Amino acid sequence: MADVRKTDLPGVGTRFDFTTASGDPLAVLVHRSGSREVLVYDRNDPDRCHTALRLSAEDTLTFVEMLGTSRVVASLAAAQQDLAGLAIDWIMVAPSSRWTRKTLADAAVHTRTGVSILAIIRSGDAIHTPGADTELLAGDRVVAVGTAEGVAQLDRELTEA
Amino acid sequence: MIVAAAYGDPALVLLELGGVVFGLAIIARLADRIGFSPIPLYLFAGLMFGEGGVVRPDFTNDFITLSAEIGVVLLLLTLGIEYTASELRDSLRSGFWSGALDLVVNATPGAVAGIALGFGAAETLALAGVTYTSSSGIAAKVLRDLDRLGNRETPTVLTLLVVEDLAMAMYLPVMAIVFTGGTAGTAAASVAIALSVLAFVLVVALRHGSVLSRMLATRSNESLLLSLVGLTLLVAGVAQWVNISAAIGAFLVGIALSGSVQQRAAKLIEPLRDLFAALFFLFFGLQIDPSKLVSALPVATALVVITGLGKVFVGAFAAKRNGVGRPGQIRAGTVLIARGEFSIVVAGLAAASGASPELGSLAAAYVLLSAAAGPIITRFVEPAAGPGSPAVPL
Repeated sequence: MADVRKTDLPGVGTRFDFTTASGDPLAVLVHRSGSREVLVYDRNDPDRCHTALRLSAEDTLTFVEMLGTSRVVASLAAAQQDLAGLAIDWIMVAPSSRWTRKTLADAAVHTRTGVSILAIIRSGDAIHTPGADTELLAGDRVVAVGTAEGVAQLDRELTEA
Repeated sequence: MIVAAAYGDPALVLLELGGVVFGLAIIARLADRIGFSPIPLYLFAGLMFGEGGVVRPDFTNDFITLSAEIGVVLLLLTLGIEYTASELRDSLRSGFWSGALDLVVNATPGAVAGIALGFGAAETLALAGVTYTSSSGIAAKVLRDLDRLGNRETPTVLTLLVVEDLAMAMYLPVMAIVFTGGTAGTAAASVAIALSVLAFVLVVALRHGSVLSRMLATRSNESLLLSLVGLTLLVAGVAQWVNISAAIGAFLVGIALSGSVQQRAAKLIEPLRDLFAALFFLFFGLQIDPSKLVSALPVATALVVITGLGKVFVGAFAAKRNGVGRPGQIRAGTVLIARGEFSIVVAGLAAASGASPELGSLAAAYVLLSAAAGPIITRFVEPAAGPGSPAVPL
């Protein structure tokens, strides 16, 4: 993280600034009231700035949460979600699983567990609504939707020997 | 009614006072509409209705006189509250030399003009004070309106304003003594008292800032407001009594406050300050004869030009010391041109102590001109945002 410099503004508040990775100076002015201004500096006159955003104390909290969203979503997706009887999980196919190198038709996932496989994520790419002839490979991430019991059963089959 | 007992027919008193405050309200509204500080406009209104003014209503109302008195005290109280003791200490450390230059460059023209006009020692000293102090009110408004609060020259500007406030704490007691015709000895003693009290309050506020604040801290806003106003008036009264100026007493009370009480007090006192300070500016204008104001214009204009350049020089010097580039230096200098509340406080206190009316008209003309010219000049030196000027495309 870049170094953040702090400057006191008597009677107004405090200014924090740092230089972004791309070399642009960026600052936040924290008023005594708790409201904030996000400031960007002029290219031609680096002493001069423009207010890009004016945020109340409450807006600031919302905005900070928004800035952190991508991480929030990613970490939530990793965990199993249980919404009103519907379970969604991302299951990693283990090399030792009995369905490794077998097609979805062989595994008959839906018939036996009632779980639908929405997608398979393989080396970064997603295979949407994979067909019955799609082969499961070790390291695949299977996006499965079904009842909690069904998903739990599939999880055992794909991760255990 | 109490007012009636003191001042005569209650209906007339209320009508007069209501009319005055309502008139000020219209002015404040107009000022807000055109983006101008209301202070010079209040002053101007006072001129129109004052001695020899266009309209001359009968202001027999002593309430306005008393309000003006309270206005000064509250103005200084809020100035003291505005800055924390640590901000004052840090500003004094970082801005001492720039502040000293500011004093020399901008008080000298006032003093020279005073001598040239044949003013007495007291009036000369007052005029030096009038030309020295920038208006922190107008500067703060301009910085906000022109979106300059985050600029790199802004801390320099604010520091200079803080140092000027502190300098006033030493200046006002000297002036009070000179006007009461004290000898050099009593003047020195009074300044020594004021300085030691100021130093004492600063140290106490820094070390044990919570003491006064804890004493005042109650959950009820009403009780906080009343304690604060009561305490301020008491301290101001004592200060006036020992001849170190009521205004300074109020300023010290403001400084001594700290922490959360400071924030709350600032919010609570603001509307009260606005009301009484408006009456003070009006009252000052009322005492001035517009025809004398017109004859004071040439000298006032010369002073505005000289001390305007003086402020630009000082602001640029201070900004340069802090590593700000050329355009920023000019911005820092021009924002300081406007004189306002402090200059009027000095001239008002001088008038109350029996200064010659010429000082009042010269100060009024000077403040009106510089308060009008300052914000326009500083807006003018700001180039329009050119293509690609924001560092990050918005």
